[in-house]
Order: sequence, then structure tokens, then C-alpha cells
Amino acid sequence: MTFDIYNMVLIMPEIIVLSGACLLILLDLVLDQNQKHIIAYLSLFVILIAAAGTWMFAGNNSGEILGRMFTIDGYSTFFKMVFYLSTFLAVLLSINYIKVEGVERGEYYVLMLFALSGMMIMASGTDLLSIYVGLELMALSIYVLTGFIQYNGRSNEAAMKYVILGAFSSGVLLYGISLVYGITGTTQLSDLSTAVKNQGSMDMALVLAIIFLVAGFGFKVAAVPDVYEGAPTSITAFMSVGPKAASFAAILRVFLGALGPVSVSWVNLIAALSIVTMAVGSIVALSQTNIKRMLAYSSIAHAGYALLGLVAGGPDGIAAVMLYMLIYTFMNMGIFGTIILMRKGNFRGENIEDYTGLSKVNKGTALLMLIFLFSLAGIPPTAGFVGKFYIFMALIRSGYVPLAVIAVIMSAISAYFYIRIVMLIYMKEPTREFDLARSPANSLALAIAAAGTILIGILPAWFLDMAKSAIFPG
Amino acid sequence: MIEAVHNSLGIPILSIVTFLPLAGAAVLLFVRNAGLVRWIALAVTVADFIVSIPILLNFDRTTYHMQFVEHYQWIPSWNITYFMGVDGISVLFVFLSALLGWICVVASWKAIEQRVKEFMIALLVMQTAMIGVFCALDFFLFYLFWEAMLIPMYLIIGVWGGKNRIYAAFKFFLYTLAGSIFMLIGIIVLYFAGGETFDIIALMHQKFSLPVQLWVFLAFFLAFAIKVPMFPFHTWLPDAHVEAPTAGSIILAGILLKMGTYGLLRFPMALFPYATSYYAIPIIVLSVIAIIYGGFLALAQTDIKKLIAYSSISHMGFVTLGLFVLNATGIEGGILQMLNHGITTGALFLCIGVIYERTHTRELAAYGGLAKAVPIYTTFLAIFVLSSLAIPGTNSFIGELLIITGAFGFNKVFAGLSIIGAMLGAVYLLGMYKKIALGEITNPHIREAWDVDGREIAAMAVLALFVFWIGLNSAPFLDIMHVSVNHLIEQMNTVNGYYATIN
Repeated sequence: MTFDIYNMVLIMPEIIVLSGACLLILLDLVLDQNQKHIIAYLSLFVILIAAAGTWMFAGNNSGEILGRMFTIDGYSTFFKMVFYLSTFLAVLLSINYIKVEGVERGEYYVLMLFALSGMMIMASGTDLLSIYVGLELMALSIYVLTGFIQYNGRSNEAAMKYVILGAFSSGVLLYGISLVYGITGTTQLSDLSTAVKNQGSMDMALVLAIIFLVAGFGFKVAAVPDVYEGAPTSITAFMSVGPKAASFAAILRVFLGALGPVSVSWVNLIAALSIVTMAVGSIVALSQTNIKRMLAYSSIAHAGYALLGLVAGGPDGIAAVMLYMLIYTFMNMGIFGTIILMRKGNFRGENIEDYTGLSKVNKGTALLMLIFLFSLAGIPPTAGFVGKFYIFMALIRSGYVPLAVIAVIMSAISAYFYIRIVMLIYMKEPTREFDLARSPANSLALAIAAAGTILIGILPAWFLDMAKSAIFPG
Repeated sequence: MIEAVHNSLGIPILSIVTFLPLAGAAVLLFVRNAGLVRWIALAVTVADFIVSIPILLNFDRTTYHMQFVEHYQWIPSWNITYFMGVDGISVLFVFLSALLGWICVVASWKAIEQRVKEFMIALLVMQTAMIGVFCALDFFLFYLFWEAMLIPMYLIIGVWGGKNRIYAAFKFFLYTLAGSIFMLIGIIVLYFAGGETFDIIALMHQKFSLPVQLWVFLAFFLAFAIKVPMFPFHTWLPDAHVEAPTAGSIILAGILLKMGTYGLLRFPMALFPYATSYYAIPIIVLSVIAIIYGGFLALAQTDIKKLIAYSSISHMGFVTLGLFVLNATGIEGGILQMLNHGITTGALFLCIGVIYERTHTRELAAYGGLAKAVPIYTTFLAIFVLSSLAIPGTNSFIGELLIITGAFGFNKVFAGLSIIGAMLGAVYLLGMYKKIALGEITNPHIREAWDVDGREIAAMAVLALFVFWIGLNSAPFLDIMHVSVNHLIEQMNTVNGYYATIN
């Protein structure tokens, strides 16, 4: 293995995020309790620098570096931009929120940066092991963040459940990886691709390995409703977009890249999984009364749509998932941003009924929620529609018309629980006083999210071309 | 497409007429005073109406080609363009939408007291989406406008509607969404079947394979049949019409229902002529059921708004009957009847709204002797009632006559059955008029009712003008659509000839 200094330059964004996180944890020691927000602003700065670095190398395609475990290509660049965006927005949403929760501590932002670097490694990983390392770095940071409100039993419970489930699924994933290694003698993705091509698709051991990989990764893209409900809302927002996008980045590369030649052996499995995911998410969400729980199921349903892109495959399937993740980041961060506004003093504001009559009192926030909810429901002219449209296009191009029909039916079902919230906001009289926890940072995050949701809805061409030009050859 | 690059005015007039209301809505965001909001909304919608007049005046009646065309790149990698244009069919509905736009504002002047600003914004956004639907020549653009209508209409019914408004709003939203998602799949299937384009004109020149025709026809048909609404997809309509505020009912009856029939004419019929003749009989049967069943339902109503709502089902049955007899007389009658129904039923809902503001009841039993209390109002009501039951001299007579003539050319049984519906119309409409306007005043509220004011007279007079104009001299209106309809039929015959040779 040659140790090329140029490679070190290429992975500079990862190094910046990690070393920035380490410096901030030291800085935390010398800051007073009322100065912790400085860490937040510095982490925003670190994210921006890293983003600038990634943007600079955007044109490069490094090939496989660092012992062929890592690559800097358009695909990883696109996903990293999504990660920067989601982390940036999540930090903005946190600044006031963790003060309200009374857990304003420096490690909070440091852990977010660690999670970010984990996601970046996942997007760039070209070896099952480097992907696994990134995934664990991300997951461990998020376990801690989930339980960050130590005095709150729900938060602790959520963290505990997440660790147990996460450890279990990591075990399954690792077992899958070990099977893959046993069959093909490699974990490197392009070698794997060559190996399975020669293997023949009906190898039962390989099918078993794939089932383990699907189960392991599947857990990472699905949302655990208890965890979503118990975690600090800013972290729920964060994990509903960033880690999910990172897992999809890895899944696409593993399945469409490395296991693409044997797609017959997994495509039906994924198709069935996506139908179940969409159905469970859409139908269970109908009966939820807690908005964070409802959004957890909504997040499951959206993961189901994104999985359809994997089923569709091909350049369009990949680009559709990429665009979907970007769009989902904007709209989901937006809706969580409005939920965070409700949390003030002792009021939690997590019941869907708490939003009753919001439009009478606060027109601006009500309008933002309207935009985000219609976007989540996939109604044009919002970005959510463009995302679904592309997924359906990719599906139909690959000939999966019945699957597309199932997906649109599910999306019509799921429209119900989004417009129900719009109904409560606009069509009912308020039953209580609204006192919103506004802050400049939160407003900025909402403005970015709303701008993205509308802009991609009306003028998707630029974003679409970005996604299309960034796909990996698979 | 050479045949579509044609804009005699040289200015993007269709974009102006489409987006002017949206710009007005954006201005309204910054206005706080409710009175000022009303005036700005009125000014914007009147301006929009004025802009729509030169479109009609400069319309070239001698060609079926799309006119006032605007064509720009929008999303190149999906081959989606911003493509606007009108032909002899759609131009009438652009005009109708612009006409009813300011009438809706007038109808809401006093009826809407709560959240006036939000209401007017919703109304203006709605108008942009509606006019956009009639101008769009790119499927993606069309679908965008089509679905975007759901948001303001959901709010108009749900926020400003009657007692049962939330149920009605959900029903409207979910029904319409359920229909249009299948159309979305249909559109994407066509995109790939037609050589990766959403260009409607280009797709019209394609010959699709039989399975594509038959399946995608059904996907489109479902979306449009729900909108029309055809029997048995009509159950959302009474709820939505009755619960919606007056302006909402005018939009629903005047324009939204027309979108269903316009959609049927523009897409499934023009794109899949073979499937159209294949499914024509079942659709005609459904139409005749709608005519008669809708008439009987209207007969049984005691609420005026519900009565008019059910009468719409019957009248729209005439329209779909006219379209699917597949001859020029029937289709032209159908199109004219779409325009007529928009004017007449819009006017009837306006009348109901006007009297409801005064008496706060829509129960037929609570009325009687209105002619003595408010003579000008009852005169207008009489005109619109007579127009609705298609008395000679009014607009609907010409429309229904053409449709029934067309139907006789197709099949005497269906034509004969449809006449039953026309007779039922006379029964329930005259019965309604008798109960409302004639007899003695029994309800003290009616004695206190004041007659229509200048604003309301202006709106009713303009609509009455069109009732008689089309009724007495329908030639200019038929001329506009004539060439386009003939072209449609020619195209259908050519394509069906082609299928006849390969089968």
C-alpha cells in the first residue's frame, strides 16, 4: 500500500470534520456554561469549511484510494453535500432547543460532527469494512445523542432501545459481510462485483449473505418510532435525514454497484421489502397522536419509496434516490423545525392536537407547516412531488408498473395524515395560547428548508442534473 | 412541432392571464386591511378578465393549431418544457375561468368575513391553477396545475365552508387525489411509450399499442370521471358543493367539473381514439344513468344547494353523452354545454349565496313569496332557472339540442332516455322556483330581505348576458371550436382507420 500525500489532500474534508470535532471538545473545557453556543457556531463553521473542501474536489474522481477502501467521486460528493446540509440545519435547530431542554453541553455538537464524519466515510467507502466503520462511527454518536436528556426517562429508554437494536443489526450486517467474504474472498466492492459475476447468481450462500446485508442495512434506513419519540427533537430531525441518506448511499453502492450483476437474486426481496415498508409506514401513521411518532412512521414510508429507486436500478434509479434524499432533507428538517418551535418552558407540543388553530395565531409558521406537509404528501408544486415523480419514472422505465401503482396508492393513503394536520392548523379554532420558541437560528433553518422545498418543486432542473451527473457507474 | 409555433400577439399573453392572479396573491400577502384586500382581489380578477378578452378576439378560428404558444426549456433532462397554448376548445375555458374569477370575488364580498386575506389568496392561487390547466400543453406542467388546485380548494372548503366542511374537504381532497395518482402513472407510461416526451401535441401524433391505449385510457378516465363527476364517482360532489362557501361552489360547478370533461376530450379521446370507441358504449351508459339518476336525486332534495349540486350531475351527464357519441354535433354540443353549465350553474350558486346572506337558510320549505320581497333578484333567478332547464332562447337549449341530436345520430335508445332527464330537469327546477319565488311570504326573514345591490347586479347581469347571447346567437361560440373539433374527429377516424387495417 503506497501512502500518497495527494490522497491525504483528497480526504481533507473528513480530516477537517474529525479534527474540528476534537478541537471543539478541548475548547468545551475552557468555556463557561453560558458560552456553549460558541461551540455550535464553530461547528457550523467547521461544516462550511468541510463543504467548501468537498466542493473544491467535486470535479475529481480519485479512483479507489487508501488501499482501495475509499473514493472521492461525484456520487460521494453529492451525498456529502446532503450530509453537510442536514447537519448544518440540525445544529441550527439545536441551539435554542437544547437550552430549552436544559442540556446545553459542548459534546452535543461534537457528537454531531463525529456522526457527520461517519456518514461521510459511508458515502465514500468502497469496501464493506470501511462502510461498516463509518456506519458504526455514525451510529455510536447517535446512540449517545438520543439519550442526551439524561434526566428524561423517555430519552434514556430511547437510547437503550436504539443501542440494543442497533447492536443486533450491526451483528447481522457483519455476519452478512463475513459470509460475503467467505464466498468471494473479498470485501472490496469492485472485486466483489467481479467475483459475483463469475459466481453465478443462484448460489444459495450468496443469497443468504444478501438477506443478512438487507436486514442489517434495512434497520439503518428504517425509523424506530420509540427512538424517534424519545430522542431530543433536534436529534430526531437529524437522524431522520442524515443517517438515513448515508445508509442509502451505502446501500446503493453495495447493491447496485457491487451486487448489481446478481440483481435477480435480491431485487424481488427489496421490492417486497419496499411494499411492506410503505404499507406499514403509511397505515400505522394514520392512527398516531404524537407528531414525532407519526413522523417516524412517515419516515418509514418515505424509506419505502426510496427503496423503490433501488428496485428500479440503472442510472435513473440511483439518481432518483439521490434526489429524493436531498428533497427529504429539506422538507423533513422543515417540519421538525416547526415542531421544535412548539417546545417552550414545560410545554412539549408533541401532540398533533397541540397544533389546533395555529393559523389563527401564527400565520407564518402555519404557512410553513402547510408547505412542508404538502411536500411530504407529494403534492405539487412542492419538492416532495418531484422526488416521488422521479422514483415513479425510474420504476416505470424499468418496467415495474404494478409496483408504481402500489406506491401511488400508498402515497394517497399517506396524504391523509399529512392533510389532517393541515386541517387542525387551519380549520379548527385554537384551544390554547401559542407561545413559540422563536430564535434567529431556528428561523434561518426554516427559511433554508422552505426555500429548498419550493425551489426544487418549481425549478428542479439544476438539482436533477447534479444528481444525474453524480451517479457512480453501476 | 411546426404546427404549434404560432403566437399572433407576440406577447406571452397566456402566461399573463395565468400568473396575474398568482402575482396578485403575492401582493395580498403584504396587505393587512380586509377592505383593501377585497378591492385588490377584485382589481386583479377584473384585470385578468380584461386580459382574457383579446385572447378570444385575436383567436384565429380558421385553424386547429395551438395559438398564443409559449414554449421554453424547463427541465431538459426529463424533456419537460414550459409549453402553453390554446386551441378552439381550451380558449373558451380560459375565458370562462377568467369570467368566473371576478364573480367569485363579488360573491365573497360580504359572505366571507373571517380571514378575508387568506381567502382571497386561496381564490387567486386557485385561479392561476385553473387557467393553467386549460393552457398547459406539457403533461408535467398540466399535472402540476391540476394537483396544485387541491391545496387552495381544500382550504376554501375546509376553512370557510359550512357546518360539515371538514368532512367535505377531506372527501374532496382524497377522491380527487385518488383519481389523479393513476393519471400520473398513465402520464409516465405514455412518456416512455411515446419516445420520452411529455409534449401533448407530439404524443397526439403517436400510435400507441393496444394494451397501452386500453390501460392508460382507464387511468386517465378514472381521474377525469371523478372530476366530472360521472356516475358512480359522484358521491364527493354533493358534500363539497353544499359545504363550500359560495365562491367555492361557483368554482366547483363552473370550472372544476369542466376540467373533467375538458380532460376527457383533450387527453383520452385525442390520444387514444381506438380505446375511445372501444369504451364509448359503457361510458355512454354511465352518462345516461347520471342524467336520469342525477335528475331523480335532485327531485328529492329539500336543500336548494344540494338540489343544484345533483342537477349538475345530471347536466354533466349530458356533456359526457355528447362527447362520447363521437360525432361533430355531439362533441360541439358537449363543449358548448360545458360553457353553458359553467355560466348557468355558476350563476345559480351565486343566486343561492346571495339569498343565503339574507335569510341564512337553504331549506326550500323556509321559502315562498320571494318575488314579492326581492323582485330584481327573482327575475335573475328566473332567467338562470330557465336557462338551466334549457328553455329555447337560452344557452343550454342550444347545447342540449346539439347533444341530443348527436345522440340520435349514434343510438336512438340512449337519445330517447336522455330526454327523460331533460324533462326531469324541468320538473325539479320549476318546482324549486315555485317554492322559492311564488306564493305567499311565510318566513319573516324573507320580508326583511333586501334586494340585490349594484355589485351583485353587475355579476348577475354579465352572466345573464351570456345566457341570452349564446341562446340567441350561438354561431360565434360554435365557430371558435368548429375547426378544432373537426380536426379531432378527423384524427380519430384516421387512427381508427389505421387500427382497422392492422386488425
